[in-house]
Amino acid sequence: MNTDVYNESPVVHQPAFIDGHSVEIPILKILKQDGSIYENATMPEIDQELATKTYKTLAFHRVLDERMVAAQRQGRISFYMAALGEEAASVGGAAGLKDQDMIMAQYREQGALMFRGFSLEDFMNQMFSNEKDLGKGRQMPIHYGSNELNYMTISSPLGTQIPQAAGYAYGQKMQGLDAVTICYFGEGAASEGDFHAGLNMAAVHQSPVIFFCRNNGYAISTPSDEQYVGNGIASRGVGYGMKTLRIDGNDILAVIAAVQLAREYAVKEGKPVLIEAMSYRLGAHSTSDDPSGYRTREEEAKWQEHDPILRMKNWMLAQGWWNEAQETELFEKLREEVLAAVKVSEKIDKPPVEDLVTDVYDQAPPLLQEQLEQLKVHIKKYPQAYPFTAGRIK
Amino acid sequence: MAQMNLLQAINNALDTVMAENDRAVCFGEDVGHFGGVFRATSGLQEKYGKNRCFNTPLVEQGVIGFANGLAAQGSTPIAEIQFADYIFPAFDQIVNESAKFRYRSGNEFDVGKLTIRTPYGGGIAGGLYHSQSPEAYFAHTPGLKVVVPRNPYQAKGLLLASIRDDNPVIFFEPKRLYRASVGEVPEEDYQLPLGKAEVVQQGSDITLLAWGAQMEIVEKAAEIASADGISCEIIDLRTILPWDVETVANSVTKTGRFVVSQEAPLTAGFASEIAATIQQECFLHLEAPIARVCGMDTPYPLALEKEYAADHLKIYEAIKNSMNY
Repeated sequence: MNTDVYNESPVVHQPAFIDGHSVEIPILKILKQDGSIYENATMPEIDQELATKTYKTLAFHRVLDERMVAAQRQGRISFYMAALGEEAASVGGAAGLKDQDMIMAQYREQGALMFRGFSLEDFMNQMFSNEKDLGKGRQMPIHYGSNELNYMTISSPLGTQIPQAAGYAYGQKMQGLDAVTICYFGEGAASEGDFHAGLNMAAVHQSPVIFFCRNNGYAISTPSDEQYVGNGIASRGVGYGMKTLRIDGNDILAVIAAVQLAREYAVKEGKPVLIEAMSYRLGAHSTSDDPSGYRTREEEAKWQEHDPILRMKNWMLAQGWWNEAQETELFEKLREEVLAAVKVSEKIDKPPVEDLVTDVYDQAPPLLQEQLEQLKVHIKKYPQAYPFTAGRIK
Repeated sequence: MAQMNLLQAINNALDTVMAENDRAVCFGEDVGHFGGVFRATSGLQEKYGKNRCFNTPLVEQGVIGFANGLAAQGSTPIAEIQFADYIFPAFDQIVNESAKFRYRSGNEFDVGKLTIRTPYGGGIAGGLYHSQSPEAYFAHTPGLKVVVPRNPYQAKGLLLASIRDDNPVIFFEPKRLYRASVGEVPEEDYQLPLGKAEVVQQGSDITLLAWGAQMEIVEKAAEIASADGISCEIIDLRTILPWDVETVANSVTKTGRFVVSQEAPLTAGFASEIAATIQQECFLHLEAPIARVCGMDTPYPLALEKEYAADHLKIYEAIKNSMNY
């Protein structure tokens, strides 16, 4: 039994509240928007190679998002989720980790997967749910996953990855691996029961997990001031007895520094960390909503000024690690590549009908095999109604 | 062979797995030093350490979420939900996560090593919230396996098979029989097959089907019926999902009459699914309508649990009605 709270709390004799905002939480900023560094700021470990890879990933991210939102508007894919304005959170997170660390994302963290090397073709095949999709065409666009790259397949239900990350990291620690798990979620998902379950489980069982909250101001249309009234999400880390850090989520150097520090702590101490990255979702929640219905242009314009990619570019230019000619060349090349990849992936066949029943279990049970055989007979009878599969049934 | 009760058989199975597999981990509320409220995990923390057998905070969705993550990572989590009545906070983690992990990732990831143990069922004066049989909710979820043992021998063999099976399994333990059911159980390792029903008594007039604690009720009804000269074939379904249609259909084809009994309420219970399939498979062989003998469509009662329950007399009546149809 833990009796510390009873024995060690300061004693008072008049009833009085402590305030819900009494814990002051600073925000870490390293990089200014003009590309200069704050005085006395501690830089993350970053060299030209890592910086260039990080910046190129940010550029790829922005181009892919722009093009795929357009592709959705043209009816070429059914759905898309851009991360406009908050790309630094996912790309910087991956840049602060090692390749063996597991990434358990919510859904707006394609940047971390890009950093790990998921190819343009892999992204496209998933979004077009074709037969080359690693996920076998089963999930809506942007639900990526890759075992090889230690990026857990996305699940739509919100927050479910949070207690799972506690368990995953516990397993890594039990095996004595030099590896942690990073778990991304938004400030909206932090209202889910799984958030509270997961943070408490990780704290109690001492799992080396980095909980990374992207506080981007909105859960679809609901602003964060209608989501919670406490001191952000970071204050909850304190409540669970966890090391906690709040950062400027649009400051790529602050993101990398925080994740590097958290990783070192999680591996060494075998305990969890909570990072709250303050950012802003400049785009819509998804291609299915229009932000003009719930916020002002002025608010968006204000956050345009905090663009994380432009901020990193300014720093790269100041470092002499990047120039405008490289910038133009990179963006042009990326736009061409993405357009070309769209044209290839959209022509690849849908998965075969057999993929309906594989992976429900390790082996399809007899009843399910029977259902597949019945379906094949039916498709052969009405081939026009099932054009993707009818011609391919043996 | 040793005499064991059902709890000892389960404890013995867990001990067997933890000894052979150092990545097997048992956890849940009060599971650690205390050994679980029913003592199913007794002595495991002492033997295998606090890292492998431990108490969790009181949060079922956290227990199963944590277990899903551990399984995805390659460990072998054996999570306990203290009562099946309290599994519902974890429903999302089980139905949307455990069951779909492999499918949604195209087999990039899976939680096949996950086993969830939970005591279920009534007849112990437990009222609404210590008596439920929620197997049908999970039977409606492709990707899960649902297993229910009827006695200590079955419990050890089926639990070992469930833990080693490469799919997430919910293992419902008939808590009324935890100490009441005692039998011969081999000390050594053995497994019983999942997805296979067992004909526990051959007969020629009518087929009786049940699972878990309901098996002994059905056997009692069959005994009374045999005094009337009725020969009952009795089948233990053992695995609810995926279920063994063939064994049941073969039996009903032979006997022409079929009574299926479950503790859970009648409407939309798993007995209904079985009845629908068997009438399709055996339509021309049926001599009487298929009868379902189940709990009533009420929450599980307390003072009136005898009246509520699908007891041996209600089953006996259903047998006679079928024979006289």
